[in-house]
Amino acid sequence: MNEISQAFKNNAFIPFIVAADPNYQKSLETAKALIDAGADVLEIGIPYTDPAADGPTIQKAYSRALKNGFEVKQIFKLVKEIKKYKDIPIVVLTYYNIVYNQGIDTFYEKAKESKINGVIIADMPIEESDEVLTQSKQKDIHQIFLVSPNSTKERIKKIEKKSEGFIYTITRLGVTGKKEKFLENTRKTIQKVKSTTDLPIAAGFGISKPKHAEKAIKAGADGVIVGSAIVEKIQKNHSLEQIKNYVEEMKKAINKI
Amino acid sequence: MKDRFDEFGGKFVPEPIIPALEELEKEYTEIKNSTEFQEQFREILEEYAGRPTPLTYSEKLSQKFGCKIYLKREDLLHGGAHKLNNTLGQALLAKHMEKEKIIAETGAGQHGVATSMAGAKMELETEIFMGKKDLERQKLNAYRMRLLGAKLNPVTTGEAKLKDAVNEALRAWVKELENTHYLIGSVVGPSPFPEIVRDFQSVIGKETKKQIQQKENSLPDRIIACVGGGSNAIGIFHEFVDKDVKLTGIEAEGSASITNGSKGTLHGSMSKLLQTEEGQIKETESIAAGLDYPGIGPEHSMYNQKERINYKTANDEEALEAFKLLSKAEGIIPALESSHALAQLPKIQNDLSPDDIVIINLSGRGDKDVREVSNLE
Repeated sequence: MNEISQAFKNNAFIPFIVAADPNYQKSLETAKALIDAGADVLEIGIPYTDPAADGPTIQKAYSRALKNGFEVKQIFKLVKEIKKYKDIPIVVLTYYNIVYNQGIDTFYEKAKESKINGVIIADMPIEESDEVLTQSKQKDIHQIFLVSPNSTKERIKKIEKKSEGFIYTITRLGVTGKKEKFLENTRKTIQKVKSTTDLPIAAGFGISKPKHAEKAIKAGADGVIVGSAIVEKIQKNHSLEQIKNYVEEMKKAINKI
Repeated sequence: MKDRFDEFGGKFVPEPIIPALEELEKEYTEIKNSTEFQEQFREILEEYAGRPTPLTYSEKLSQKFGCKIYLKREDLLHGGAHKLNNTLGQALLAKHMEKEKIIAETGAGQHGVATSMAGAKMELETEIFMGKKDLERQKLNAYRMRLLGAKLNPVTTGEAKLKDAVNEALRAWVKELENTHYLIGSVVGPSPFPEIVRDFQSVIGKETKKQIQQKENSLPDRIIACVGGGSNAIGIFHEFVDKDVKLTGIEAEGSASITNGSKGTLHGSMSKLLQTEEGQIKETESIAAGLDYPGIGPEHSMYNQKERINYKTANDEEALEAFKLLSKAEGIIPALESSHALAQLPKIQNDLSPDDIVIINLSGRGDKDVREVSNLE
């Protein structure tokens, strides 16, 4: 049985890394370090040439991995190896074209084989999800959808019905808001989602500092996703120790609440 | 509005964009058939853009290829290409939606210039995304955009070309959805864009049909247009898809999504793409920046599947030859994009009879390309 939601019991910290960034071995080592530092769920991005839903930092990481010869089969191998190290829930983030070209059934078959717990397809709204959901349900993999600050309550309900595992709540739309505004918007969005679902809520986008994470949790999120901040550390060649320290700080911020 | 062209099209976009597409669909459906909007659109096309554009009989090409050849002169539209039909239509739509700002991507710079013109004319703040590589080869257009009051953002991600400019425009749109309209430049992108752009460009075909019936009292036998994203082609073809007219789209050999591509999603819609077996989008290479795009509008993919439109390719050399031919023969310098359509003529010469009427959509003028072509010599 797939139990991602268990990881949210005590506020989940979910770091995001890009598979094979800057190369396969390094990304495996980073993943292990993140786990050692207390990551509750790991999110791994599959490199793609045109990641329009991601920011420039993550696109650069995808480019690095692709330049070093990334192939989709590596994501399955990577997850298997990480799971051997420690069996924590792993979700992969990808784009529709990657899944489509593998063959939707093949992709989910391989995902099941490597014990991937959840899949996020960044450019697949619920309208385009029928074929994918048939496969994800059959293979017992949680399909995770995103909810945006501009989603109406009615739409959130529709998304909630199709979601499993957790709901990925986008806390802001690109523009870096002032501190107060961040809190206000985040709270509003999270409350909107909370009132429609019992699933855990993971807040993401624009969370890089302990105080952001703390605010997101205070606003009602059950977990925080941190992407660009970690990917940037990898890009700047920070040591695994430095990355671990960062995760521990973030963990402290969300666990004290 | 249906959001599919058979199995192609759709809305493969991040969640934040969905509400914006829903709003667009609602507002467009509302005004699409309103006489007031259509009248506004007609007036600005006539009084500002210079429609109708002529359908010019080319005596020299007709002699050379042994049939009757007409050129639909979108090169004479204000701005120098068919792009303005769409940008004026969408800018009106943006006004109707009470947006304050328009953003757009551009490849060769023609759509960027046409968007900047529409923005200036209709007092909309305008921001253009252009790949750094394209900026370097189209410096003059970059200057024109700034002159017209637009903010120009060089794009350095990915390959720094058109597809990357679309990615950046999408990202920028998400940041300011409420007051901004994304004025997409071709019949690509998520639904309802392909349909909206087609509707605004279909003025080309409507005029063409009237003009050829006046001149020849008949429909043409063939229409040929170049295809990148495919807006000038759909624009002229749409009026004829249910008529007995042979329609041919010419892709650039180095970016021939229909001819060499496979099915997949890019920039919000399912269509045919140039991609690896794993779904990574491939680099493209064409002398014509406006055709240098790894995807194509979903409606084209549908017509290809249905075998209603025939898709062929022309390479850089063939396009250059046609570029020079028309310049000398008729005193018309065609855009390198449109030159791809002209390049089809020698290839079908043997199938043509003297009574055949062939229309080439001359989608743009070639002044922007003169420097690049002269550099090759």
